[in-house]
Amino acid sequence: MAANGRNENGSIHQYIISVKVENRFGVLARVAGLFSARGYNIDSLAVSATEDDGISVMTIVVKGDDRVIEQVKKQLNKLIDVIKVTDHTESATVQQETVLVKLNAIPKNRAEIYQLCEFFSADIAGISPKTITLSAKGDPDKLDNFIELIKPYGIRELMRTGRISMLKE
Amino acid sequence: MKITGAEIIIESLRREGVEFMFGYPGGVVIPIFHHIHTAPFRFILSRHEQGAVHAADGYARASGKVGVVIATSGPGATNLITGIATANMDSVPLVVITGQVSRSMIGNDAFQEVDVTGITRPISKHNYLVQDVRDLARIIKEAFHIASTGRPGPVVIDVPVDVSNAEHKFSYPESVNLRGYRPVYDGHPVQIKKACRLIEAAKKPVVYAGGGVVISNAHRQLRDFIRKTGIPITTTLLGMGIYPETDPLALEMLGMHGTYYANYAVHHSDLLIAIGARFDDRVTGNIATFVPNARVIHIDIDPASVSKNVMVDVPIVGDCGRVLAEMNKIVKAPKIEEWVSELTELKRKHPLSYEDPGRGRIKPQYVVEEIYRQTRGEAVICTEVGQNQMWAAQFYKYTEPRTFISSGGFGTMGYGFPASIGAQLARPDKRVIDIAGDGSIQMNIQELIVAVQHRLPIIVAILNNGFLGMVRQWQQLFFNKRYSHTCINFSPDFKALAEAYGAAGFRVKKMEEVPEVLKKALAITDRPIIIDFHVSREENVYPMVPSGKSIKETIMRELA
Ligand SMILES: Cc1ncc(C[n+]2csc(CCOP(=O)(O)OP(=O)(O)O)c2C)c(N)n1
Repeated sequence: MAANGRNENGSIHQYIISVKVENRFGVLARVAGLFSARGYNIDSLAVSATEDDGISVMTIVVKGDDRVIEQVKKQLNKLIDVIKVTDHTESATVQQETVLVKLNAIPKNRAEIYQLCEFFSADIAGISPKTITLSAKGDPDKLDNFIELIKPYGIRELMRTGRISMLKE
Repeated sequence: MKITGAEIIIESLRREGVEFMFGYPGGVVIPIFHHIHTAPFRFILSRHEQGAVHAADGYARASGKVGVVIATSGPGATNLITGIATANMDSVPLVVITGQVSRSMIGNDAFQEVDVTGITRPISKHNYLVQDVRDLARIIKEAFHIASTGRPGPVVIDVPVDVSNAEHKFSYPESVNLRGYRPVYDGHPVQIKKACRLIEAAKKPVVYAGGGVVISNAHRQLRDFIRKTGIPITTTLLGMGIYPETDPLALEMLGMHGTYYANYAVHHSDLLIAIGARFDDRVTGNIATFVPNARVIHIDIDPASVSKNVMVDVPIVGDCGRVLAEMNKIVKAPKIEEWVSELTELKRKHPLSYEDPGRGRIKPQYVVEEIYRQTRGEAVICTEVGQNQMWAAQFYKYTEPRTFISSGGFGTMGYGFPASIGAQLARPDKRVIDIAGDGSIQMNIQELIVAVQHRLPIIVAILNNGFLGMVRQWQQLFFNKRYSHTCINFSPDFKALAEAYGAAGFRVKKMEEVPEVLKKALAITDRPIIIDFHVSREENVYPMVPSGKSIKETIMRELA
């Protein structure tokens, strides 16, 4: 029975929502609009090509009130250009993300940095006299770890692609 | 043979069986207007684009068909915005065509350029920017389909002028292929059974039905359902007419200005059966105290409306008519004699009422009652927004769907009169009456000439209280009577104004003159009529459940 017939406010959680959409202009604005209209900031958004030329998939990571996100998922489903909405938050998934990070790298630190890179299977994407640019990919949690460990060397610039997420089954 | 984009538009509209198009011309739509001139449908030229879109909306609500509007780019398109949002909120099917600057100019701040698809995205069901003349026929086909199916709504098609001028071979698609859009019409049989079981066991059930029943033309199935189960029924503002309000089981409208017995019934119910309604805050009041003891069944075609404001025990996503038809096959009547007699007693004890001195200063409620009497409840009533709207809802008894036309969700002042133009065109067999306030009527008064031009005998009954009455009522009750900028007794002479436009005009100041003047107005059939009723100035709408309060806090009448 509905508690007092009312719909309580939920608590705040991070959600991972995968949205299959028609590969058309304007779709991104529609999808993003549903979040922005509620004052929600999207943590990350990756738009990816799929096995079907006509379809793209958007992986959206967003924090929000459970009840509001439930509503947003329904609204996403209502968009004509949205083919399917899947919530990956609680499901078994494979997730991948890439990070590029530029470090202040004075020569005496380089050996340690190389070691960390090896451990995290990160690549050296570029080197200049004062900086070194690394690229790492993998599970977003692993990347969090990686970033934590290289922070002491002085991050000049960092960017993450935002994750893509696929259900295991 | 190749034809132009403009011709493709006209030909596609013809294929869709369009009878009327409402609109206003301008630079980038001249190529389309060039062919509207010889189109197989009637074109109604408004005097402001907002008038055109509300007229199309009124036409759609009165007829159940898709309303079609056209406007030029830039200011023409932005003048449509309020009307598109109004239709969107009340799920009205519209196809809105706007002109756009040529494709090569888009994004350059060209003359009269505005991002129409950007502006209308959150207020339309869907929209298109046509980028290739080859897509045009398909897009129009899809637009009509999307506008009129599922939960209906406005669809906007933005057409760059060079697309209108480009040429292509015309072929109109037979069907649409939209893999992301498959509305569900049939309710889930398991859910339907569950609902019927709850109904049979209920002691205090109430049906709460809304505009969704009108839209799905499900009033027959609904009436069968009530006949079979004997359950009392209340409707939302937009649901009025789906069940005869003259019937003993009718509790009439619920919500902020609903009847006491409707709100009482919902509050004390043990089972609320919501059908094509969406638990608007004007209905529920304080959501935390709404239906404290009830289980909730919710039948709606829009999954996003279910469990949005109120948690639902048995959601049934589907078309109201189809779901009710299935339920009618298996549902058994609950034993609710006591409940029904309790509500019948309440109806007797707390009817909608007002203080009626019988003569002198006109009571606005009396005007509505007299309109009801003289039209025998057979008119199509349109309303503006405010007190006039609520009195029109309360004191006229609606017995058929599509006979009450009002901006519910958006509450758009200036809606009613242009909507009545569309409604009169849709229903030439009916008397159409716009119940108006002296504030609202001035928002789209320019459309009067359209009604004169087309000899539409619409009656505009202005309940002239010299105030923006509904706002004044709130100021009186909740803001210490500080009537900040709501006194509008500085108004035009509405009788003279009507006559200046070529309409008939009347002014009525005394209660005892009301029947006679109404009779005269109803006898006029070749032009619109404005009747300026000078009504008692500080009359309030009661009952009133103050915003965000529970029904226990209902104000029943004027506190001395
Ligand atoms: C376009 C628009 N502007 C403002 C409002 C806010 N509003 C709601 S009711 C109302 C007063 C309406 O006055 P009037 O038309 O004279 O009707 P009355 O309430 O006096 O019957 C106002 C200003 C609105 N609903 N719509």
